[in-house]
Amino acid sequence: MSMTFDDGSFIRNEMAPALPPPTQRIGAVAWMRENLFSGVLNTLLTVFGICLVALIVPPFVRFMFLDAVWTGENREACLGPQVGACWPFIQAKFGQLIYGFYPISERWRVDIVFASGALLLVPLMVLSWPFKRINAFLFFVAYPVVAFVLLTGGNINASAFLLERFGLIRGLVGDAQIAGVNLVFWVDYALTALLVMAAIGGLIAALGGSGRSAARTTFWVFLALGLLIFIWDVDVGLDYVETRQWGGLLVTLVIAVTGIVASLPLGILLALGRRSQMPVVRLLSVVFIEFWRGVPLITVLFFATYMLPLFLPQGTNPDALLRALVGVALFSAAYMAEVVRGGLQAIPKGQYEGAMAMGLTWSQMMRLIVLPQALTLVIPGIVNSFISLFKDTTLVLIVSIFDFLGQLRASFTDPNWATPVTLYTGFAFAGVVYFLFCFGMSRYSLFVERRLNTSHRH
Amino acid sequence: MTDLAGPVGGRAKSSFINDPKVRSIGLQLIALVVVVFLGWSFTENARDNLAAQKIATGFGFLDNTAGFGINQTLIPYSETSTYGRAFVVGLLNTLLVAVVGIFLATIIGFLVGIGRLSKNFVVRTLSTVYVEVLRNLPPLFQILFWYLAVLSAMPGPRNSISLFGEVFISNRGIIIPRPLFGDGAGIVVWAIGLAILMAILFRHWAASRQEETGRYLPVLWVNLALILGLPLIAMIATGFPISFEVPQLKGFNFVGGVQVIPEFVALTVALATYTAAFIAENVRSGIQSVSHGQTEAAHSLGLRHAQTLRLVIIPQAMRVIIPPLTSQYLNLTKNSSLAVGIGYPDLVAVFAGTALNQTGQAIEIIAITMGVYLVLSIITATIMNVYNKRVALVER
Repeated sequence: MSMTFDDGSFIRNEMAPALPPPTQRIGAVAWMRENLFSGVLNTLLTVFGICLVALIVPPFVRFMFLDAVWTGENREACLGPQVGACWPFIQAKFGQLIYGFYPISERWRVDIVFASGALLLVPLMVLSWPFKRINAFLFFVAYPVVAFVLLTGGNINASAFLLERFGLIRGLVGDAQIAGVNLVFWVDYALTALLVMAAIGGLIAALGGSGRSAARTTFWVFLALGLLIFIWDVDVGLDYVETRQWGGLLVTLVIAVTGIVASLPLGILLALGRRSQMPVVRLLSVVFIEFWRGVPLITVLFFATYMLPLFLPQGTNPDALLRALVGVALFSAAYMAEVVRGGLQAIPKGQYEGAMAMGLTWSQMMRLIVLPQALTLVIPGIVNSFISLFKDTTLVLIVSIFDFLGQLRASFTDPNWATPVTLYTGFAFAGVVYFLFCFGMSRYSLFVERRLNTSHRH
Repeated sequence: MTDLAGPVGGRAKSSFINDPKVRSIGLQLIALVVVVFLGWSFTENARDNLAAQKIATGFGFLDNTAGFGINQTLIPYSETSTYGRAFVVGLLNTLLVAVVGIFLATIIGFLVGIGRLSKNFVVRTLSTVYVEVLRNLPPLFQILFWYLAVLSAMPGPRNSISLFGEVFISNRGIIIPRPLFGDGAGIVVWAIGLAILMAILFRHWAASRQEETGRYLPVLWVNLALILGLPLIAMIATGFPISFEVPQLKGFNFVGGVQVIPEFVALTVALATYTAAFIAENVRSGIQSVSHGQTEAAHSLGLRHAQTLRLVIIPQAMRVIIPPLTSQYLNLTKNSSLAVGIGYPDLVAVFAGTALNQTGQAIEIIAITMGVYLVLSIITATIMNVYNKRVALVER
C-alpha cells in the first residue's frame, strides 16, 4: 500500500528506537531542573537571585544579631571597627519611642490605654467570638472616651453652653463648682436641652407630625452628648498632660485609631449620601469625597495647621494634635466612604426591596438589613485603609508632631549615642516595628477575606 | 407614623410631613443651609482673623519678589524672581519626580509582578519578599532611609563611586555628563523625531499588511534599526555635533556635568520602589484574571511562551491592570509631596512651605497647592474614563 505514495513522502518502515527512560521526574534534583534551571534565562535568573540573597541576607543577619552590641551604657559600647546594630541605643531611647515626653510618673495611664485597647480589639477581631455588637460599641464609643480621659487627664473646663453665652445663667446659679464641674454649664445645658426639645417637638407637631417622638429623639441625643461631656468634665483626679508632651508610638496609635474611629461613622454617612436619591445631598457628598481623595495628606495637614485656625472664631486656638486629628479624620473619612460604598453596592437589590416590602423605614432598612451585611463585607477594606492610615501617620512629623518616626529622628541627634551605627540601628528597629504592625494587619485582612469568601460559596 | 389610613390620592392632613417628597426636599434644604452657614461663618471668621493678624489677601503676592533660593531649578530662577516663578519651579520639580518615578516604578513593578507568577522558586520568593517588605513600610520612612542611611553614607566626592569614569555617585548626589549641543545638533534632534514617526507609521503599515496577507514583518527589529540608525547617520553626516562634558574632580568637588541632588535621588528611588510594590500586585492580579484556558488555547495554536504572553495574555490583562495602575501613578504624584520631609524643593516644600512662611497667606497658598493636585487627579480620572470606555468589553 505504501508504494502508492510516490510523491516523496516519507513512510517509516521500521520501528523507531526506544527513547531512554525519562530522567528523574520526582525528587529534589528533578524539581530543581524543572523549576530553577529549565532554560538559559531561567538559570541566569536563578543565579542572579541567589547572588542577591547572598549579598543581602548574611550582612543583614550579621548586623542585626551576630555583630550587634547588646549591652552598654553610652556610645562607647558601640564604637569599633566591626560593630553591628547598637541595641543599647534603642533600650535607652525605648521610653521616648513609645511615650514621647509623657511624664514618666504618669506613663501607667498610657499602658492602661494600650492594654485595654488590645483587650477590646482581640475579641473584636476573632470573627467567631460572640457579643460583637457590645464589643464594637465598647471599642468604637466607650474606649475613645475613656482613653481621652486617661491620656489628657480629663477635666476639661466646660463653662458655657449656649444660654450663658448671653449671660443668662450665672446670675441664677452663681459660681458653684462640684468635683471640678461648673454648675453654670450644666444648668445651661439642661435648660438649652429643654428649650430645643420644646422647639423641635412644637415645630414637628405644628407641621402635622408626631411632636412627641421628635422631642424624645432630641432628648436622647442631648442625653448622650451630655454624658460624654460630663465624663470629660468631671475631675477624676488625674494630672493634666498636654498633648505637646505626647509622642512616639502613642501619637502614632492615637492618630491612626482616632482616624479610623472617627472616619467610620463619617464615611458611612458620606457613602449613604453618595448613593442617595437626593441630588443636593449626593452632590455635596461627591464633592467632599473627591476633594479629599484628590489632595495629598501633607496638604491636608498644612491646611489643618495653617488654614483651619483662620476659619475658626477668634480666640479659639485648638491644640496642634487636635488640628492634625481633624485633618486626618476628614481625609480618611473620604477613603472610608469609598470602601463602604463598595460594600453597599455589593448588596443585592433584593435585600433593599425585601426590606421595603416589609414596611421598614429607610433608617430601619439601613440599620437592620443593609449596613450589617455591607460592613461585614468590607472588613478587609477597612483594615486596609487602617494600614494605609497607620503608614500615613508618619507625615505628622512634618507639622512638628513627634510620632514614632519623628521621635526616632529626634533621637539620632543625641550626642551621647552618636556612633556610625546609630542611624542604621534606629532604621532597623523602626522598620521592624512598622513592618510587624502593617504586615500583621494585612495578613488579618487576607484571612477575613478568605473567611468571607467561603461563606459565600455555598 | 400612626396614620395608616388616609384617602388614596388625596393627601391626609397629618401625613404631610411623612410624604417622602416633602421629606427629601426638607432634608436637602437643611443640608444646604448647614453648608452655606458653615461657608459663611468660615469666611467671616477668616476675614476677622486676617484683619486682626494684618495678613494681606488676594493673589497679588505672586508678583512680589520671593527672595529665597531653590537648589534645583529646571527653569532660570534666582532670589530676585517672583513667588509666581517659585511656584512654577516647585511645580516642575514635582512633575519631574512624578515622571521619573512613574517610569521607574512601572518597569520595576511589571518585572516584580511577572516575577511573582514565575515558575522559578527563587524569583517568585524574592518578588514576594520585595512586595511584602516595601508595601508594609511607610513611604516617609523609606524616603528618610534612602536619604539619611544610604545617600548620606556614600563617600565624599574625592572617593566617589565611579561608573565607567563618566557617572559619579557621592554624598553630594549623582553627577552625570552634560550633553553639549554644537552646530547641527538640531538636525540630529529632527532625525530622532523623524525616526520615531517613521517607526510608528511602519508599525501601522506592518499591522495592516499582516491583516491582509498574514505575513508577519519583524517590526521590532526594523523599528530598532530606524530609531538607532537614523540619528546615528545624522550624527555622522553633521560630524558629531553632540558631545558630553564629563565631570572632573577639582579640589573637593566636581566641575562640569549635571549634578542630580541627593534629595531628588532619594525621593525618586524611594517612591519608585514603594509604588512598584503596589504596581506589582496590580500586574499579578491582572495576569491572574486572564483565564488559564487562554494560555492553553494559545499554546495549542502553536504560539511560543513569549508570544502567548505578548499577544494573548498581556492585552487582556491590561484591561484589568490599567485602572489601578493610573491610581498608583496618581498616588506616586501625591506622595511626591513627602519631599518636604527631606527638603527636596517640590511644590509643597517651596510654595506651601517657604512661601507660606514668608507671606503668611495660608488660604491662598494652600488653596493653590490643593488646586494643583486636584487638577492633576481630575485630568487623570478623565483620561482613565476615556480609556475605560475604549477597552471595555462590548457586551451584547
